[in-house]
Amino acid sequence: MEKICMPPKRIEEIRAICREHGNDAGELINILHAVQNKLGYLPREVQELIAMELGIPVSKVYGVVTFYSFFTMTPKGKYPVSVCMGTACYVRGGEKVLEEFKRQLGIDVGGTTPDGLFSLDSLRCVGACGLAPVVMVGQKVFGRLAPADVKGIIDEFVALERGA
Amino acid sequence: MAHYHTYILTCGGTGCRASHSPQIVAALQQAVDDAGLSDEVKVIRTGCFGFCEQGPIVKVVPDNTFYVSVKPEDASEIVREHIVMGRKVERLLYISPETGKHVPDSRHMEFYKPQMRIALRNCGFIDPENIEEYIARDGYAALGKVLRMKPEDVIREIMASGLRGRGGGGFPTGLKWKITREVQADCKYVVCNADEGDPGAFMDRSILEGDPHSIVEAMAINGYCTGASKGLVYIRAEYPLAVHRLQVAIAQAREYGMLGDDIMGTGFSFDIEIRYGAGAFVCGEETALIHSMEGRRGEPTVKPPYPSECGYKGAPTNVNNVETFANIPPIILRGAEWFASIGTEKSKGTKVFALAGKVNNVGLIEVPMGTTLREVIFDIGGGIKNGKRFKAVQTGGPSGGCLTEKHLDTPIDYDNLLASGSMMGSGGMIVMDEDDCMVSVAKFYLEFTVEESCGKCTPCRIGNRRLLEILERITAGHGTEDDLKELKNLAAVIKDTSLCALGQTAPNPVLSTMENFWDEYVAHVRDKSCPAHRCRDLMSYYIDPKICKGCSLCSRVCPANAISGVLKQPYSIDQTACIKCGTCMDKCKFGAIGVR
Repeated sequence: MEKICMPPKRIEEIRAICREHGNDAGELINILHAVQNKLGYLPREVQELIAMELGIPVSKVYGVVTFYSFFTMTPKGKYPVSVCMGTACYVRGGEKVLEEFKRQLGIDVGGTTPDGLFSLDSLRCVGACGLAPVVMVGQKVFGRLAPADVKGIIDEFVALERGA
Repeated sequence: MAHYHTYILTCGGTGCRASHSPQIVAALQQAVDDAGLSDEVKVIRTGCFGFCEQGPIVKVVPDNTFYVSVKPEDASEIVREHIVMGRKVERLLYISPETGKHVPDSRHMEFYKPQMRIALRNCGFIDPENIEEYIARDGYAALGKVLRMKPEDVIREIMASGLRGRGGGGFPTGLKWKITREVQADCKYVVCNADEGDPGAFMDRSILEGDPHSIVEAMAINGYCTGASKGLVYIRAEYPLAVHRLQVAIAQAREYGMLGDDIMGTGFSFDIEIRYGAGAFVCGEETALIHSMEGRRGEPTVKPPYPSECGYKGAPTNVNNVETFANIPPIILRGAEWFASIGTEKSKGTKVFALAGKVNNVGLIEVPMGTTLREVIFDIGGGIKNGKRFKAVQTGGPSGGCLTEKHLDTPIDYDNLLASGSMMGSGGMIVMDEDDCMVSVAKFYLEFTVEESCGKCTPCRIGNRRLLEILERITAGHGTEDDLKELKNLAAVIKDTSLCALGQTAPNPVLSTMENFWDEYVAHVRDKSCPAHRCRDLMSYYIDPKICKGCSLCSRVCPANAISGVLKQPYSIDQTACIKCGTCMDKCKFGAIGVR
């Protein structure tokens, strides 16, 4: 196996998470959740380290990471935008809202803006169907949106960033 | 101890939280404290009331005053006027669309009248993070009763109640328990399937957020009956609030001796752990769910063997859905006969539906089996939004089908829905109006299944992709009549040969829309037109020169600069540049822009 290039502190953090779960391969999904919570994403070298700790092939870890949509191998933006594309949001115009985000941010679904501020994803149902169509930016929920509202939402976070 | 004469309940479900309900709770508490009433009036954050359309909801009991669309700044007025002065705050009351009058008592709302709440009995009544409130509503009494009964007798009771799996399959719950019980093994598991992946469905989430103890209690009952001492809840990581409430409930149940060793001094031991899903629809299938809990890819395997025989880590595992479990304690306490008296011949009890889409009252409802779609959509749901015409209702999510006008008076139960070409599914119900293109809807569901197919078996992995490609051709205006035949053929093969229910049911949205909206498919392929004007490649916007005043607004708002003209003369749209976003039509003050 290749040498894993990561700061020693990070390696120790990941090892600690694996230890907390008893280095048990059956806990792989819980471990990946915990590591992604900490790092924001699961790059290749992190998967290699986890595989080593649990004594399983990297292919198995990679298989699990790519199987589940919750796990990501690329870092998200500082303000991750998730447009709900559940059926309720779809029939109430979620698609048009998503199109407008793509246009305004200049990125496709799964992409991150070059300045690292925004990433764009579509997700299936956050369960706030009464507010359809719904968009989440980080933990903040925006409901009953029309394409015309999109620019205002982006501007809000850009302003927040400038102020910060 | 304080004696409260009034309770102010505020919805703390995901939907209402997004509209600032935590701030409302805080403001109400502040106002109550300021009025010096904290020993007499209790502010409680509850689970979902179901009436999500006009959230956040604040309800005052005992007089059942139902305030809708409340804002944090309304809190002091509610306390000052209603609690202190005894005058209801008229402007926040629900207005009946029929009479146009305020409805002061929620029991008189059309939304609630036809409902019967068994699984949702505590949602919107109790503080889900307080075990004592659950106990005060007979919580854990069913567990106490069961522990003094023989497991066989409990199972007989569940079988006699006629309860069937609420996750979609409709398998008799009591029979599943019996099978798990009869398998000889040292170690068995009880699993609660809370992987609610069906887009547009939020029944399970609402129960877990509003009444998590009912699931804890039912799982313990199941453990006692099947001989399992370990329970696992498999829940979506996308439901952070439900996860939190469940964690709180499990910790409280341990503290009160409802979980752990020697429960209620009977020698029965049972405990529950949480396992997180990571976003895979197929994990709602029980064999896939078990693989996922074992830390693997959530791919399904052929049944038999069923999980009841060989499940988690090879041990017999009883998997039931959240709503199924929520029905167990009332059946134990009120008896199988009571439960079996509700519903239709083969579908007993009630069903929770997440009503969403183009309906006036989006929300969470629970009705007796046998209620008609018309009652659900037009009485409880309040009819179609913006006075549009009802077109279809989609039940069963990506595995189900579309039902139309002619099905409106069909009593809802497992068998009738199946016979109508759809299915019960987990309880998502999406209402569509005349503006929805049914070919696009079928395509939408197929995009979902293609994305969520685990890739293990060929018919599902490749067949559904081919189906989707045909639908993409049709909606882009390149479809032929042969494509329609091919859709049917391919759909039949996928249904017959896929490994698990995901693949077997994936073509259902296509087949049922073809069955009920054949003309629409034909219009797409033969006339290259989309009757609902949803398919962008098959529609065009135009400006009616007779109505256009030449105000130039459309040309200014057009993001593609596709509209040009001379002031005070009719404008026109360059069809080659138009991106069909519809902004011009929305903005035109004279109604001069149309679509064809």
